[in-house]
Amino acid sequence: MVLRFRKLYFTEPTLSKSYESYETPKDEKKQATEKPKAEKKQEKGERNKKRIRWGCVNSCCWFIGCMCTTWWLLLFLYHCLPANLGVLKGPEPPGVRLKNEGLTALHPVVLVPGMVTVGLELWEGRPCSQGFFRKRLWGGSFTGILNRPLCWLEHLSLDKETGLDPPGIRVRPVPGLVAADYFAPGYFVWAVLIENLASIGYEGKNMYMATYDWRLSFQNTEIRDQTLSRLKANIELMYVTNGNKKVVVVPHSMGVTYFLHFLKWVEAPPPMGGGGGPGWCDKYIKSIMNIGPAFLGIPRAVSSMLSAEGKDVALIRSMDPGFLDSEILGLKTMEHMMRVIRTWDSVISLLPKGGDPIWGDLDSAPEEGHVCGFETKGFFQSNSRENNDSRNKDTRPRIEIKHGAKYGRMISFGKEASEQHSSKLHKVAPMELMQAVSNATCGEVWTEYGKINRQNIQKLADNKAYTAETFIDLLRYVAPKTMQRAEAHFSHGIATDLDDPKYGHYKYWSNPLETKLPYAPDMEIYSLYGVGLPTERSYVYKLSPSDKCDSIPFRIDSSAEGGCLRGGVYFTDGDECVPVISAGFMCAKGWRGKTRFNPSGIATYIREYQHSPPSLLEGRGLKSGHHVDIMGNAALIEDVLRVAAGASGEEIGGDKIYSDILRMSDRVNIEL
Amino acid sequence: MALIIRRRKPTDEDDSSLLRQEEEEEEVKRGNSRRRIKVKNYSCLDNCCWLIGCICTVWWLLLFLYNTMPASFPQYMTEKITGPLPDPPGVKCVKEGLEAKHPVVFVPGIVTGGLELWEGHECAEGLFRKRLWGGTFGEVYKRPSCWLQHMSLHNETGLDPSGIRIRPVSGLVAADYFAPGYFVWAVLIANLARVGYEEKNMYMAAYDWRLSFQNTEVRDQTLSRIKSNIELMVQVNGGQKAVIIPHSMGVLYFLHFMKWVEAPVPMGGGGGSDWCAKHIKAVMNIGGPLLGAPKALAGLFSAEAKDVAFARGMAPGVLDSDVFHIQTLQHIMRMSRTWDSTMSMIPKGGETIWGGLDWAPEEGGYVPNNILNITTSPHSHNHSDIYDHARDPNPNYGRFISFGRDAAESHSSQIQRIDFRGALKGSNSANRTCREVWTEYHDMGSGGIKAIAGYKTYTADDVVDMLEFVAPKMMKRGNAHFSHGLADNLDDPKYAHYRYWSNALETKLPNAPDMEIYSMYGVGIPTERAYVYKLTRASECYIPFQIDTTAGHANPHVCLKDGVYTVDGDETVPALSAGFMCAKGWRGKTRFNPSGIKTYVREYNHNPPSNFLEGRGTESGAHVDILGNFQLIEDVIRVAAGEEVGGDRVSTDIFKWSEKINLKL
Repeated sequence: MVLRFRKLYFTEPTLSKSYESYETPKDEKKQATEKPKAEKKQEKGERNKKRIRWGCVNSCCWFIGCMCTTWWLLLFLYHCLPANLGVLKGPEPPGVRLKNEGLTALHPVVLVPGMVTVGLELWEGRPCSQGFFRKRLWGGSFTGILNRPLCWLEHLSLDKETGLDPPGIRVRPVPGLVAADYFAPGYFVWAVLIENLASIGYEGKNMYMATYDWRLSFQNTEIRDQTLSRLKANIELMYVTNGNKKVVVVPHSMGVTYFLHFLKWVEAPPPMGGGGGPGWCDKYIKSIMNIGPAFLGIPRAVSSMLSAEGKDVALIRSMDPGFLDSEILGLKTMEHMMRVIRTWDSVISLLPKGGDPIWGDLDSAPEEGHVCGFETKGFFQSNSRENNDSRNKDTRPRIEIKHGAKYGRMISFGKEASEQHSSKLHKVAPMELMQAVSNATCGEVWTEYGKINRQNIQKLADNKAYTAETFIDLLRYVAPKTMQRAEAHFSHGIATDLDDPKYGHYKYWSNPLETKLPYAPDMEIYSLYGVGLPTERSYVYKLSPSDKCDSIPFRIDSSAEGGCLRGGVYFTDGDECVPVISAGFMCAKGWRGKTRFNPSGIATYIREYQHSPPSLLEGRGLKSGHHVDIMGNAALIEDVLRVAAGASGEEIGGDKIYSDILRMSDRVNIEL
Repeated sequence: MALIIRRRKPTDEDDSSLLRQEEEEEEVKRGNSRRRIKVKNYSCLDNCCWLIGCICTVWWLLLFLYNTMPASFPQYMTEKITGPLPDPPGVKCVKEGLEAKHPVVFVPGIVTGGLELWEGHECAEGLFRKRLWGGTFGEVYKRPSCWLQHMSLHNETGLDPSGIRIRPVSGLVAADYFAPGYFVWAVLIANLARVGYEEKNMYMAAYDWRLSFQNTEVRDQTLSRIKSNIELMVQVNGGQKAVIIPHSMGVLYFLHFMKWVEAPVPMGGGGGSDWCAKHIKAVMNIGGPLLGAPKALAGLFSAEAKDVAFARGMAPGVLDSDVFHIQTLQHIMRMSRTWDSTMSMIPKGGETIWGGLDWAPEEGGYVPNNILNITTSPHSHNHSDIYDHARDPNPNYGRFISFGRDAAESHSSQIQRIDFRGALKGSNSANRTCREVWTEYHDMGSGGIKAIAGYKTYTADDVVDMLEFVAPKMMKRGNAHFSHGLADNLDDPKYAHYRYWSNALETKLPNAPDMEIYSMYGVGIPTERAYVYKLTRASECYIPFQIDTTAGHANPHVCLKDGVYTVDGDETVPALSAGFMCAKGWRGKTRFNPSGIKTYVREYNHNPPSNFLEGRGTESGAHVDILGNFQLIEDVIRVAAGEEVGGDRVSTDIFKWSEKINLKL
């Protein structure tokens, strides 16, 4: 490389010289051609000598110097560039357009970020974390991991008994808009939406980012940080200081269930609740615009609880099998990851809720008949709908079995098990599973797998297929302590009688199928989510070959392929993270009209955004349907802005549906 | 590029007259360096690149080493050199078993809070939610006029100019560091965190410090937000009342808040007459200019203070250069005069507090310029002697602004003063050319300027009138929001208006007998108290007055240096202003403090850092650096943890000075 550069360098002068001194081209030519050979030789020798003198180090230095200088020069030029010149102007941002239309800020806006996207900072730590006080451990540039990975992991995990801070460690969410505007430098989360809101007149006084520690269970955020009280106080304050205008709440991802929890908490009497009294929501909230809502959980949480991996990790594993598992280096990356993740209660809140009625049983699922368009970019939605229509008419379930994926089987051991008819499946009675726990203790990495002996794991795998309901049992067996801790805070069932007094407990508040919405007839609930991206729905597992103590015994069988099955994962329609059924069902059916979940008949709207991949210069796209990138989707931003400026659901056009959500919801048979 | 290439031409002897000519030219230009290059046979560019490469590599290497270095290394080194460091106060308090108890509210002062852009003109594109004030100040260099335009407020309403929205940064980040590496609250925050504080029981009451106090509520509802946050923190911390820690102008802001919160809506916050008693445990004022700061006066009058005047004295041309059309000071003046808040710090209380033509409370208690040996004993002059001298060496601190040293030192009977009030201002011929940097001086002709200079000396009573004369529009705006007087009858209904709320001498403290008020400030640093001015040589677009930096005094006992009389204080606020209210005005049950709120004066003697490793010092008394003073931090932690700190702690003559002030209590 260096040599090539130098060569270029040495030929350059003679070349450019002939252009430079065009007055005497003849002389120059003469000079070049008539150079005596002897002299050339001499020169060559001299150059050789010089090269020796230059040496490798010098060349390197020279090269680095060149690079640096060029870099600085470019940087300088870039900075000199007037800010508004030279940049390819994209289309006008929706905020500016709407401002020209005459929209102005009306209702205060509350943003509720989702999991993972909120920054966490250190307030108290062990000696190894010195110098990180009030620096971000999560979010930002993640320099912490690179410098001291184990220390970093230690500080991010919670106490495995209480689910709160471990002694001597205090990691707290970053407050304010900065907490989640950018997740990492250049990777926006809320920033685009904030900027567009600002252009119609929003600012700090009427925009509030309700950050919370997303690792904790929802009620624990109140117990430890009083986050819910703070949210309540801020909504009340904004209501008063903005001329008694109700707030528009914009939760994203897990923030949706967090806010659902808040809705129940705020009206419940103290000490468990916030004591706002019935009617609080009616008084203070205009509408809730859920973005990418994980109302009914996400299947991805299943795989991360079981084996700390998702589609992406599975892919890495299949690419380079040794990398993540290398025991030689003593890395045990996955095990460490799993240990940390299992201390986070909030992950449990994302497990699929509603059991078999929602997610399907061994042989049927609401999504069945879904056609995966891996061959083409994105899904051809119109096609799939036609197909569905024809299928539904004449040959409904039986022929499906050949082609359609059995989405209801959240976890299957082996590809075969995921396709066979349920009657052929080998089943193990649940009682048989609950056997004695072995005493094999492996220190260091605590994943609870170390306590299960190998035969039992084999038995677990023999059961072949788990649905949403039986999967919870499986988790209870493989991670008893985690589940015991988390199930005090979350419930994943479906209520038969909502008036049962047990539903007054906070563990049910974040499950839309076990709570009633508050009495607020004027409120509106929106479900805004992207569609058109393959989304994880169920998994094909295998036993991991490693017999080592404390390693994770299961892993996604990334060799399983076919149909909607790719890399061991069955895909369905969604926003790459949340499947349509989870995001849309409540607004499409569960809460639509007056139902037992929605006694006051709060209006619900579904707004879907068809994914279309960005062109080269667009960055992450103005029409993205991806779970996080949708926050930059121009159409979604326009909807949020219009509602914030006072429009109602009907005024922005009611439902807008691309996917099969209505048909899927029809197939879900629950009492309303 | 061409030159460089030519230099590398092959050096054959081929005859070409032009070539040779060129070479000769080069020879002349480059001299011997060319020959040296030839010998080495690689050019200057190569050398440069090589050098840069080397530097970069070494730099990276050091950076890498620095990053891999254990975090405790610098501390270890420091301890090796200077001996064991004292425990930071947070650690010390943890060892004593102190724990977070009362929620803490910080109220930052002027200038230290960050401001960010929410809406701007085209020239500010790409700066959305970036800091225009605080942080690196990168934009000041890149687009200075744009920056000035955005930082200025509307010069009639004192609110946002149309199309521009600059808002305070919120949260602790607003004022923990002013610029990278320059801490403001960060040290205090870190120490409070040690005893268990975190976001939920610590709150930074950031506000737009450019606005008048009431306007922060009108525009941003900042006062409502502070009220709501204090209520929330008290509620979630089990009913423990809040400890408020205002700094600098934040002291006045919080004084305003305490009146606002109990006043009925719509002007006030409607918290009821016992709000403060219910929610506030203690107000720990740090370096508070309760009675104003003379520095603000100089800033408003001529956009300069000691530092600027010094820079002017060193290199007279730089700041004023007409040639470059920079007009820095005029621009700064125009900008800062749109900020209403600066007027909140004009000295309050008039001659009663600050002294008249021939007396001042501080006289006799001087500060030697040698700040290391502070003697607080009164000067050996006898008061009766002083008045015998025509030119007594004792500075007349009461004369805030004097034109010429004679006017500053002569006895009052010898000064010929011509009243400026009502004088014709005349019209300025340069009116049209100065549109670009409009300060109100350009509406004033030479007649007005002469009238100002003719009055010779100005006491605290006169300066307000004088500012009204030179900057009528600014003061009209300011007088609607601030008052600088001294109340005779506090029950007069006019004092219910918000313009009096930030003046400690025109309001009663709230009815909260259990509350405590602390005055904590640094002493031992010469602090600006009075100025000697001169007229600038006449020219267009000029600020007609400037500090006369040639005025100094040979007698080291007279604290006149570079045209500035100094007294004891924290470099910005004189001890009198910071301490008087707690030492006398509010002490016991007075008319300003009807419920007898307990007051404490805590002074911190300045001790410059012993070596550069200490940074800005752990025993500093300077206005901002005091926030890193270990003793002060310890006091704050003790109060926040519900402990006692032990009454007054005084090293100046503040009580003696207060005695001299004849104020009806």
